Amino acid sequence: MKAKIVLEDGKIFEGFSFGAPGERCGEIVFNTSMTGYQEILTDPSYKGQIVIMTYPLIGNYGINAEDIESKKIFLEGFVVKECSSIASNWRSSKTLASYLKENNILGVEGIDTRALTRHIRLKGAMKAIISTKDPDTKSLLKKVKASPGLVGIDLVKEVTSSKIQYWKKKGKHKVVVIDCGVKFNILRELAKRGCKVIVVPANTSSEKILEINPDAVLLSNGPGDPQALAYVVNTVKKLIGKMPIFGICLGHQVLGLALGGKTYKLKFGHHGANHPVKDLRTGKVYITTQNHGFCVDIKSLNKKDINTTHLNLNDNTSEGMRHRKLPIFSVQFHPEASAGPHEAKYLFDEFIKMMEI
Amino acid sequence: MPKRTDIKKILIIGSGPIIIGQGCEFDYSGTQACKVLKQEGFKVVLVNSNPATIMTDPEIADKTYIEPITVEAIEKIIAKERPDALLPTLGGQTALNATMGLFEKGVLKKYKVETIGADVKSIKKGEDRQLFKEAMKKIGIDLPKSGKAYDLKAAVGLAKKLGFPVIIRPSFTLGGTGGSIAWNMKEFSELAKRGIESSIIGEILIEESVIGWKEFELEVMRDLKDNVVIVCSIENFDPMGTHTGDSITVAPAQTLTDKEYQKMRDSAIKCIREIGVQTGGSNIQFAVHPKTGRQVIIEMNPRVSRSSALASKATGFPIAKIAAKLAIGYTLDEISNDITRKTPSSFEPAIDYCVVKVPRFTFEKFPEAKDILGVSMKSVGETMAIGRTFKEALQKALRGLEIGHSGLDNKLDYRRIRNDKIKLRLEEPNASRIFYIKYALQKGYSVEKIQAITGIDPWFLQNIKEIVEFEKKLSAVSFQLSAEKLIKAKQYGFSDRQIANLTKSNEAAIRKLRKKHGVKAVFKLVDTCAAEFEAYTPYYYSTYEEEDETRISKKKKIMILGGGPNRIGQGIEFDYCCCHASFALKELGYETIMVNSNPETVSTDYDTSDKLYFEPLTFEDVMNIIDNEKPDGIIVQFGGQTPLNLAAELKKAGAPIIGTSVNSINKAENREKFAKVLKKLKISQPENGSAFSKEEALNIARKIGYPVLVRPSYVLGGRAMKIVYDDISLESFISEAQEVCEGHPVLIDKFLEDAIEVDVDAISDGSLTVIGGIMEHIEEAGVHSGDSACVLPPHTLGEGMLNMIKKYTYALSKELMVRGLMNIQFAIKDDRVFCLEVNPRASRTVPFVSKATGVPLAKIAAKVMTGKSLKGLGFTKEVKIKHIAVKESVLPFSRFSGVDIVLGPEMKSTGEVMGIDDSFGVAFYKSQLAAGQNIPLKGRIFISVKNNDKRNIVFIAKKLSDMGFEIIATKGTHKALCSNNIKASSVDKISEGDNKILDLIKNNEIQLIINTPSGARGQSDMRPIRSLAVMRGIPCITTMNGAQAAVNGIEAVIKKRFGVKAIQDFI
Repeated sequence: MKAKIVLEDGKIFEGFSFGAPGERCGEIVFNTSMTGYQEILTDPSYKGQIVIMTYPLIGNYGINAEDIESKKIFLEGFVVKECSSIASNWRSSKTLASYLKENNILGVEGIDTRALTRHIRLKGAMKAIISTKDPDTKSLLKKVKASPGLVGIDLVKEVTSSKIQYWKKKGKHKVVVIDCGVKFNILRELAKRGCKVIVVPANTSSEKILEINPDAVLLSNGPGDPQALAYVVNTVKKLIGKMPIFGICLGHQVLGLALGGKTYKLKFGHHGANHPVKDLRTGKVYITTQNHGFCVDIKSLNKKDINTTHLNLNDNTSEGMRHRKLPIFSVQFHPEASAGPHEAKYLFDEFIKMMEI
Repeated sequence: MPKRTDIKKILIIGSGPIIIGQGCEFDYSGTQACKVLKQEGFKVVLVNSNPATIMTDPEIADKTYIEPITVEAIEKIIAKERPDALLPTLGGQTALNATMGLFEKGVLKKYKVETIGADVKSIKKGEDRQLFKEAMKKIGIDLPKSGKAYDLKAAVGLAKKLGFPVIIRPSFTLGGTGGSIAWNMKEFSELAKRGIESSIIGEILIEESVIGWKEFELEVMRDLKDNVVIVCSIENFDPMGTHTGDSITVAPAQTLTDKEYQKMRDSAIKCIREIGVQTGGSNIQFAVHPKTGRQVIIEMNPRVSRSSALASKATGFPIAKIAAKLAIGYTLDEISNDITRKTPSSFEPAIDYCVVKVPRFTFEKFPEAKDILGVSMKSVGETMAIGRTFKEALQKALRGLEIGHSGLDNKLDYRRIRNDKIKLRLEEPNASRIFYIKYALQKGYSVEKIQAITGIDPWFLQNIKEIVEFEKKLSAVSFQLSAEKLIKAKQYGFSDRQIANLTKSNEAAIRKLRKKHGVKAVFKLVDTCAAEFEAYTPYYYSTYEEEDETRISKKKKIMILGGGPNRIGQGIEFDYCCCHASFALKELGYETIMVNSNPETVSTDYDTSDKLYFEPLTFEDVMNIIDNEKPDGIIVQFGGQTPLNLAAELKKAGAPIIGTSVNSINKAENREKFAKVLKKLKISQPENGSAFSKEEALNIARKIGYPVLVRPSYVLGGRAMKIVYDDISLESFISEAQEVCEGHPVLIDKFLEDAIEVDVDAISDGSLTVIGGIMEHIEEAGVHSGDSACVLPPHTLGEGMLNMIKKYTYALSKELMVRGLMNIQFAIKDDRVFCLEVNPRASRTVPFVSKATGVPLAKIAAKVMTGKSLKGLGFTKEVKIKHIAVKESVLPFSRFSGVDIVLGPEMKSTGEVMGIDDSFGVAFYKSQLAAGQNIPLKGRIFISVKNNDKRNIVFIAKKLSDMGFEIIATKGTHKALCSNNIKASSVDKISEGDNKILDLIKNNEIQLIINTPSGARGQSDMRPIRSLAVMRGIPCITTMNGAQAAVNGIEAVIKKRFGVKAIQDFI
């Protein structure tokens, strides 16, 4: 079955569907990871986005039961050069194509993904539509223009959990995770370090959280624009100073806003597993997993209180900060990796240390 | 961390001659390193015995020693140059071994030389199997399970625990007997018993076998601040058991999930830290069990390797260059990425294409050796291809291999191959297994079945199956090829020729059809970042998609066609010439465009030329680039036979080939036309003829007289040449040859016995011809010029003879209207000069001549080809040198057990070295040392020569005896020596039923062998001796001239130990 991708600037790409049929809009972004498509598919942060994999051969090792980052696929569409017709790996239980079909997600192959990626690099991330139903470019263009996009939209409410849940019931430290679309691996990393992990919906009030009386709070990753999340920002503001706080990705941006900073949208974001980030405290460089379209403006932060701890060496954007007095810190990248390199996991250890002081 | 300022002068050790397992990748890495260190203001001292390298060009290092890479020679260089530091990690295993030797001898300590990059401790830890095992255990990285046993009972117990197959390695054996593999208890008991017996301490190591597991490699870089990045992951198509150099390999890894890949990445990082490689690159190998996913580490190379060159070309990340910068103190984040300019090198390349490397074998040169692959490397070169899918890259690589395949096509009719043959060819890894996989699929074998037999991952097999299935569809459509089908075929990597064969059309018609449908190749960039950042270096590959990224300039441009994969007969020398052409034309202001498919080379470095197209050298692929770039000139003369073979077709298609015309090339290559040229110029040629039948052949041979040199025509690379001495051998040759090339004649030439062969390299601009160098071969005519040692200037030829040679050279160059380089081979017999062949192109000896004389011949030639005159370039007279340079070739016999080492008309050497000195003796001696022939200065010499040589051996033996050598000879030779009062003892020939001589060799009681075999019988009689000598590393000289030269060398060195001198001081 043929499939069409139309970008809001009128650019058209045609390929073949390998997932479910249908039509979906979203912001189109590219991810440069060469492994980890299953983790990417199940990462709630991709809600509202159509993801292009720049590595051309996807699906080679199939889909397995373990490498999931949430209970379902949240992204709007998946675009590759070639989807493997078989799955080859001892853990694999199904092919990528059947997985997308089961989850009713559109997949398109046969696309010059490099050309599409270059287009986005030059023009910026933009709205796009994928369709297997409507071959008419004009009508598709109309639909994509009418779609809401990401800016100013609260996508967290679509991915957050509906009620308070225990990921791990017992542990030395009690950690509340404010779920803006948390990846399972964040929870796994906390659990591995002996934490009792309580996941709360993003709209949980600060009072409710304080009632749980945790040793620390983790602000999770998640999709979309942090400026649409005033309710989470407010909750965080009220938690500042009460206990250690660790923000990851969207959590970093939310913390930035709560600390009085500003956020802005990057041209095409960072999505991949090879970004060099320097820990300015030690001078060491870490290869990190990244997935964000928005960013904290370093200049907007009050330098008296906030120390910039991490910097992206590719474009010198904010990758991490720490409060000078309070046990509060956050990073823009993903120390939980999955997919991606493991070397930034030391930040979880730092978080645990904060609870132990 | 800023650059170190406490060191000023750095010594770099190169890797010496090209041998199997150590190709020109180390010229690439060493050249990068020298350039970087020089740019950073360090004084660079280089030692490398290989004159065909770019790194030994006089402008690359400050002081370049083309000297043997031995501890003795390097110590002399260190004493003379007093470097502060030694960078040992860029010259392959040779440099590491030399460094360890220098350390053990105390040289490094004595002269206070610091090793940078990797220190001696970490080299040891990485290289020593036991130390490495212990280190990995310490940091908790899984290894193949193993245990030691001292008796059979314990051994059997261990084997039961490990499960079959198991590897048995006897500890401490005499002569280092290797491991063996047991597949069942019966085999095991036998091997274990034998192993315990052969071990001096009665110990065997029993190790779990990982044969058949999936094989992966990671290229890792580390800096002084302990930042570590993985540059590239590589997955081997062929599972464990086949040397990675002989495996088809794919980048990046295809069948690992992120969880598994990250686990491997973590282990690699832990490993490089534990081994303690301070800075630079390492290659780490892993095996993964296909059913359980268990990951074990196999080995690590604490240095830049063949795989690093591949990884550099596959990703655009210049590993060697960065390694050199890290060694002098920079950290990864302080070095910017050349390609993106704005981002740092402290990142991991993201690639958005698939890379396939396929090894090139030359088993046809060694018909006695089986083409079975195992743990010892056999391939002599490799080709790499880039495509957007594995299917495309694989097919591109197969046609880039130049073995007569235009992709994954059929040479055999699969229906006629029996199932047991298919099974056998699948089971035992071999050079053509990839094609047998296809035949098997065509015969209906399932992916599962092939996987069960080969152990190859089903993902690869499925992709091949998709090619096969599409091929079936293609052959069904015949003439009505739709645009849609055509584009899909191209995306699956099918060449026009393949499509033409499948649709019963021809290549030109398919090309036309493609153009009609608008199906044309587009070019994409290799940019290290999957298009995330803008790329500035124009490094391209072709594919069939929508967007073309090439930026075509308005500058005058010249395209240089490279030589493709290295093979015997076409190696680094031609790449050297291509690079020089590029450098020279850049100097003239041209934009240079390089086309090549060999990842080991300097020519495929992205900063050698203005643009690089990493593409197979076929008519189709080259034409696609020409259509796109529309160059003003194309150079086909420098890349060896590969581009030359394309010349006629390219010219026909309107490509602007510059230099000597295609017509002239044809005149020189076509036998009849060439004979006419010689006749016209009154230059003699050995009598010859061509025969279509046995009777005709016999008649011709009898007419011109035996011995004759025979070869089948139209067989690639002048293969299967032979000298025959009588009717019987001629007849058997003819019947074999006719099988090889039905319908083509057999060429017969008078063989000039005991003639002196001479090579001439010259340049002509059309009006003036200047000789670059005249080289006299040491071995007599009949030994392929590529295998013969030669000396420059000639040491036995008189002025008159040389003048005659010059006169002929000028005449030939004029007649053939040469513009650029030419090489002529002459033979001199009884004071008559015969012309053997003329090649109006760059020859294998160009770099050697350039190094010996200091004249950059290839550069001058390239400039001449664009219309410059020799006068204008200031090269109007032959350069006379006062010193002597000897080129010696290096042969791969130790890799091919069972193959006789006797030299003949078919080229077998893989590389070359140069010895340079003021005297011939010392220069020759150095060349032997450099080639790994440890010519002794004392000890015992075994001599056995054929009857013809018995007179001449007397003089040689006399000298040896006078110099204190003990001589042992076979009966006939012994008699000749005794009757001339030379002291010698006698030994029986093996055929006379005595193995004493073999025992002497085994016990290291013979230091040199002089053995000239006569006829076919004499050749086989001495064969076990020669084979044993090769395996034991005992020099074995098989020609009288070689023996004479060796004696000269020994004499000179005994008189005066040799000194070292940089080439900058010679010229």
